[in-house]
Parts: sequence; C-alpha cells; structure tokens
Amino acid sequence: MSKDEEFMPKILAFLCNWCSYAGADLAGTSRLKYPPSILPIRVMCSSRVDPLFIIKAYLGGADGVLVAGCHPGDCHYEKGNYYTRRRFVMLKEVVKGLGLEPERIRLSWISASEGNKYVEVTTEFTEKIKKLGKNSAKNKIFL
Amino acid sequence: MTKALKINKSTEQGILELLKFLLKKGKVKGIFTLKKINKDGSVAYSLITKPDELKYAVPFYPLMPVNAGKLLSRFSLKGSSSEPVAAVVRPCELRAFIELVKREQGSLENIFFISSTCGGVHPIDKSVDGTVEKNLSEYWDAVKKGEIPAELRPACRSCEEFIPYTADMTVDLIGNNIDKQCMIFLNTKNGEEIAKGMDGEFLEKEINKEKIDKLRGKREAEKKKLFDELEVKMNGMDGLIEIFGKCISCHGCMRVCPICYCKLCEFESSDSEYKPSNYESDLKKRGGLRVPPGTIYFQLGRLSHISISCVACGACDDVCPVDIPVAMIFKKVGESVQKMFDYIPGKDVEEDIPLVTFEKEEFAEVEE
Repeated sequence: MSKDEEFMPKILAFLCNWCSYAGADLAGTSRLKYPPSILPIRVMCSSRVDPLFIIKAYLGGADGVLVAGCHPGDCHYEKGNYYTRRRFVMLKEVVKGLGLEPERIRLSWISASEGNKYVEVTTEFTEKIKKLGKNSAKNKIFL
Repeated sequence: MTKALKINKSTEQGILELLKFLLKKGKVKGIFTLKKINKDGSVAYSLITKPDELKYAVPFYPLMPVNAGKLLSRFSLKGSSSEPVAAVVRPCELRAFIELVKREQGSLENIFFISSTCGGVHPIDKSVDGTVEKNLSEYWDAVKKGEIPAELRPACRSCEEFIPYTADMTVDLIGNNIDKQCMIFLNTKNGEEIAKGMDGEFLEKEINKEKIDKLRGKREAEKKKLFDELEVKMNGMDGLIEIFGKCISCHGCMRVCPICYCKLCEFESSDSEYKPSNYESDLKKRGGLRVPPGTIYFQLGRLSHISISCVACGACDDVCPVDIPVAMIFKKVGESVQKMFDYIPGKDVEEDIPLVTFEKEEFAEVEE
C-alpha cells in the first residue's frame, strides 16, 4: 500500500444464513454498493459464532468483526439470536475490561429484506474502523 | 433472627466437637475438611470417617490447597451421595460448587455445608516454608478484631463476598471472641436438624452486621487499590503483552479453576494446537513469533468462558509460577461481566447462568 493510498480495513463479517446473508445477497442483486472491506462468512445462525472466533479474528489482525443476525423474535431457530446478544454483552465487557477496543466488534440485526441496512451497517462500520486505524494486534509478536 | 448454637469453648474446639458429634451420632457418615499433614503447616482436604481422625482436622486453617468446590463436584458427580456427609468449606468454595451444580457437575443432596464468615487465606507457597503456621496467632488476632490479616492473598484481601449464601451452618469468625466462644448460625432446617442434641446453648441471634460492614469497607478499599494498580498495567494490547509475556503456558490456572470443568479444554485440544504451518504463516505475517504461542488467546478465551461464573477464589494466583496477577484480572473482568447481568455466581442454585438463558426484551443497546 502506497502512502497516499487510503487505509482499507479488513472486517470479518459473520452473517446468519437466514437473514443477514440473504440481506447481503439482496444488496448485491439490487446493485447497491458497499465497501470492499467486508469479508463475509456465512454461518447457520448468529449464535453459531463462538466468542472465541471473534477473539481469534481480533488477535489474528482483523481490523473489525461484525456479527449479523435476524432481528430479535425473527430467528429461524426461534431463540438463537437472544443468546448471541447476551454473549455479545459478555464479550464486550471482557474486551473493555482488559483495556482493548470494544469498538472493533459489532452486533447488528439485518433481515433478509434489508439490503439497504446491510449497506448502511457495513459502510458505517468501515468508516468507524478507518478512524480507529489499523488493529495494533496485527503485527504484534508476543501474543 | 436466625437460630444459633453457642458453645462455651474456643471456636477451634467447638467446631471440632460439633464435627465429632455429627460422626458419632451417625448424623453424617463422613466429613470433608482440611487436615494437617505435618507440623510445618501443610494441610490437605480429606474425607474423614472416623471420629478419632478428627484430632488432625483443622477446619478453618487459613490455606486453600485446592478449591473444595472442585472436590465436591468429583465426589457427587454421579448424583447424590449415598451417605450423608458434612463439608467444611469457605464461602467462595461453596459458591464455586453451586456454579458446578448448575453445570450438572455435582449434586447438593446429602451434603451438609458448614461454612464461616471468612477471614481469607494465605498464599499456598507460604505453607511449605512454615510461615503460615508460625504466624497463625497473628492471623486469628486480626480476624478477631475484624481486620485484614497480613500477607493474605490479593483475592482474599479484596474479597467482599466473605459470608456464605447457602451454607446450612455458618461459624462466626470475624469480629467474634473466638478464644472464648463458638457461635454457629443454623441457617437452614437441615442445619437445625443435625445440630439437635449438641451440647450448647440454642438461641436466636443475628450476625454482627456492624463488624461485617466494617471489614467489607476495608476490603473494598483494598480492592479499589488493587484494581487501580491493575488498570495502569492493562492499557491495551501492549499492556496485556507485558502482563502475559511471562506466561509459560503451563495452564495451571485453568487446571485449578473450579469453574473450568471441561475434561478436554478447548485450549489443549488439537484445534488450538500450533502446527508447523501456523508457525510459518505467523513468521511471514508478523515477522516473528513468541514461544509458547497463544497465551493471550488462552486468557481471553478463558475469560469468555468463565468470567460470568468466576467466584474470585484466587486458586489461579496460587499456582501461577511466574506471578501473573491472574486472579485479580479475572476478578475485575468477572465482576464487570456479572454486574451486566446482575448476577452473583453461586448465590442461588435455582438461578440460571446468564449465558444459557435470556429475556426477550433486553440489552437493545448492544445492537448497533
């Protein structure tokens, strides 16, 4: 990356199969534009995302981690996203408590019909991470 | 008012007599308690079944060789014990056991819990050189006065949960005249039942709240001091690297942790193993690699697993060979996580662990 080239973060996005992944698909088929920073990973449910995945991604150098699932009440498996929400509360406290950056992890509800919201969320998150700068864990040796 | 039993002997004698009474009358078939191993002050948890053996028992000796919650879990893993036993445990050990029971790793049935208002314990390494034994009278003097004894472990110095929640009997140690009397609160029907027939005066009494609050205040101040010191060190990734840089990956903290009950720990499974290809890719990506790798991942991961249930017993601090303040880090993070869910681990066995349950309307703010 040359000096004048803008920093483009790498954001890992765990998208639930039933809502958010379909939402991302809709954004694509609707020819909406969203930043190339997002690396999507499809999971069957947002609750499939073990907090360890997020920690591993963060320590591995991901500049941001997005977890997206169905809106509360709309989970394909009825209650998966409720668990996700509680785990996120826990994980954010852990990250905060250690003096790390909870701003780099994000939970969003994006339904299959919300292609627009998918674009909004990814754009906004990318901008935020750009401001935060690179994840300092990326080049750390002593992890 | 709570029912209480007052024995006009020193607390040390009184409690031993109670234990002997329980065994002799067949009210329990065994007693889990600390037992002296030698004169230097080494102690170990033992299951005592013969009244004579009780002469070596030291129920509230200021050491925690292992968290008794872990022991009781192994003991009652297959369900309730076939014979009734009494367990003399510290409040944090009892809380740890309750957390394990919630995880179906033990059963409360047929176990009588005798606990105490807890003065805290010394670091385990102070037992091997005889320091604990030597300073025993100073320890009890401080407990009697309701002060924090010298040389306690940080986790104990800063512990505010030193009163048991679910014990059948609570022996009153803090701020009590323990040389002259033995005051035992009978908190439950079971506790009352098994104390029946014991020599002593049965009365109605409350734990001296004033003395308890006073000590809690002192411990709070100590906690604030320790947390502040920690906060200075834990500034971001660099801080963590400095703290955990010493880690030799012995995983001792995980092994002694009462909440970490998994037979095969995620971090010792082949999934977490560093393979030659990982070394290679890390060398390429980061330009270097620390060996053993993955120490911060291990601690962050363990925090994500157990911070919700950490009872801050301090066992991890005791075993860390390189003096990483694991216990205080877990206590600090644990408390903030638990506060989010308004949860006190081990307080009530009926209360679900927050991460396995939910409310439909809550934490809307966590979604962005």
